Amino acid sequence: MGCYKKLIEYYKSGDLSFKYVKTFNMDEYVGLSRDHPESYHSYMWNNFFKHIDIDPNNAHILDGNAADLQEECDAFEQKIAEAGGIELFVGGIGPDGHIAFNEPGSSLVSRTRVKTLAKDTILANARFFNGDLSKVPTMALTVGVGTVMDSREVMILITGAHKAFALYKAIEDGVNHMWTVSAFQQHPHTIFVCDEDATLELRVKTVKYFIGLMHVHNKLVDPLYSMKEHGNYKGQSEQ
Amino acid sequence: MPSNKSVSDAPIKKFMNCFILKDHKLQREDLWVRDGTILNPKKLFFDEKGSADIQIDCEGSIIAPGFIDVQINGGYGVDFSLATDDVKSGISLVAKKILSHGVTSFCPTLVTSPPYVYHKVIPQIKVQNGGSEGAGVLEGIHLEGPFISSEKKGAHPEQCLRNFENGGFQEVLNTYGSFDNVSIITLAPEMKRSGEIISELTQKGITVSLGHSVANLSQAEESVQHGASFITHLFNAMLPFHHRDPGIVGLLTSDKIPAGRRIFYGMIADGIHTNPAALRIAYRAHPRGLVLVTDAITAMGLPPGKHTLGQQVIEIEGLHAYVAGTTTLSGSIATMNMCVQHFLHSTGCSVESALEAASLHPAQLLGIQHRKGTLHYGTDADFVLLDGDLNVKSTYIAGEQVWRAELDKL
Repeated sequence: MGCYKKLIEYYKSGDLSFKYVKTFNMDEYVGLSRDHPESYHSYMWNNFFKHIDIDPNNAHILDGNAADLQEECDAFEQKIAEAGGIELFVGGIGPDGHIAFNEPGSSLVSRTRVKTLAKDTILANARFFNGDLSKVPTMALTVGVGTVMDSREVMILITGAHKAFALYKAIEDGVNHMWTVSAFQQHPHTIFVCDEDATLELRVKTVKYFIGLMHVHNKLVDPLYSMKEHGNYKGQSEQ
Repeated sequence: MPSNKSVSDAPIKKFMNCFILKDHKLQREDLWVRDGTILNPKKLFFDEKGSADIQIDCEGSIIAPGFIDVQINGGYGVDFSLATDDVKSGISLVAKKILSHGVTSFCPTLVTSPPYVYHKVIPQIKVQNGGSEGAGVLEGIHLEGPFISSEKKGAHPEQCLRNFENGGFQEVLNTYGSFDNVSIITLAPEMKRSGEIISELTQKGITVSLGHSVANLSQAEESVQHGASFITHLFNAMLPFHHRDPGIVGLLTSDKIPAGRRIFYGMIADGIHTNPAALRIAYRAHPRGLVLVTDAITAMGLPPGKHTLGQQVIEIEGLHAYVAGTTTLSGSIATMNMCVQHFLHSTGCSVESALEAASLHPAQLLGIQHRKGTLHYGTDADFVLLDGDLNVKSTYIAGEQVWRAELDKL
């Protein structure tokens, strides 16, 4: 969400335009109406699309109410191919190390498909449905691990102590389908952006190594052109 | 960039940089309009792949649903109760002028008059949509009298008062001549046979209002059982609140209102008809029933002096209008936006509440909140742009601008 806010800020200051940007969301719940405030359609509209100048024809989100769900998934893969493939994939991970809704046990070469949500995920989502478990969707359409691996660049955002163990499993252990985000160890261009709390389960040596790459870090959070000129950006202390 | 035309070809307008009244709160949101109705932008984006054709920068204005005035007797020299051959031009003149007050719909009101006036005037007033020519006549005419109490006639002429004790409903029909285009009727419920009259009128879809009456609380409650749903200018022309018999005022907190129904009450918040403390008492007792009305008379918009209202002569002094030669108030000359502002300042209520008292509540009273009185998707795009002090900057009907402050040089 913070990411979207920053992008909106850059758009509003005139430094960025989304006119020619194509987006593909990574997942959407099955059986949830688009108008439901917890659908990803609503989330994307309220937090991003309505604030920028993206062409609606270029914003793609899976339709969880399609008559034939697998057909919808196949069509989505097709649209990605037609758009020339994904340049940059941005996402977070779950505490169980899942990327999109690729729950533990998902094939590491999977494509966009229907997935049944893990109990943990359903419990974690209950807070968005007034704590009523019966209202939480049990299935979702999601891009596969393989689909994401096809992107030219992958950026995973991991913040908070509750994600620390998943981060450990993702980068300090082997590639394993029980922690699907570990698949990116085999991707040529992956960035994991973390805060200090997320590194709590890592070995000190690992953390020190990456902190040592400070100059790279600084370049990543440089303010964008016009905001730098006018001196009106707020410095960030993200690690 | 227009939509894929799957739903409509009409241009899409996006009002941005504004605060809109939505879900009872002022929210920083854009307002989308197409084909004269409020559009759902999310549906437009995902289903139609559409975006705005025209973007309008509202410069931080507040956007509220257009105001609805359910009690207005005339203005700018026009008296709706005057039996002329050309009532239409009078209605049109007032309709056009009140756009500058933020009013997009109104119920022309006729005060107590002899039957020939009703027979002549009523057929000339038709329900019609608003537009660039003026505010819309909404649901129809408000007939205030003649079936009211002589003790509380206020500025209404005594000789024209009537009752339906002998004639019943037929008497009412004979007096008015027709119920076509009639939306509200004010009567005194203590009159004999009022129960059957109220039931019959309610069944015809007419809103029955209690006013100019000396009814006690149980008579008032009984009339609500029969279908009455509105109180005409609360506190004025009725028995004062008494702690052992609250009279009509007691309806605000009565426990005898049938389930699922709400009693609404008109308030003339011009700072003259009601002491601000009384306004606050009513508002705090029953905030969701308060409907702001102007009860504006011929002289509204005119300079001080003598003018006619129905069968009587009235005199203007500043913001006061009296029955000539007396101290009886004969209606107000405050405009609707002045009433909204005064209401806000006197009660210390939220801006949202003040705006809803002039838009949502009158719409609910008339049962038309599914198309008027809110900024919900799919409703008529009648709205006003206001500045932070609730001065009207511009008025829109069906999505088209029908009045703007800078253009009005008068």
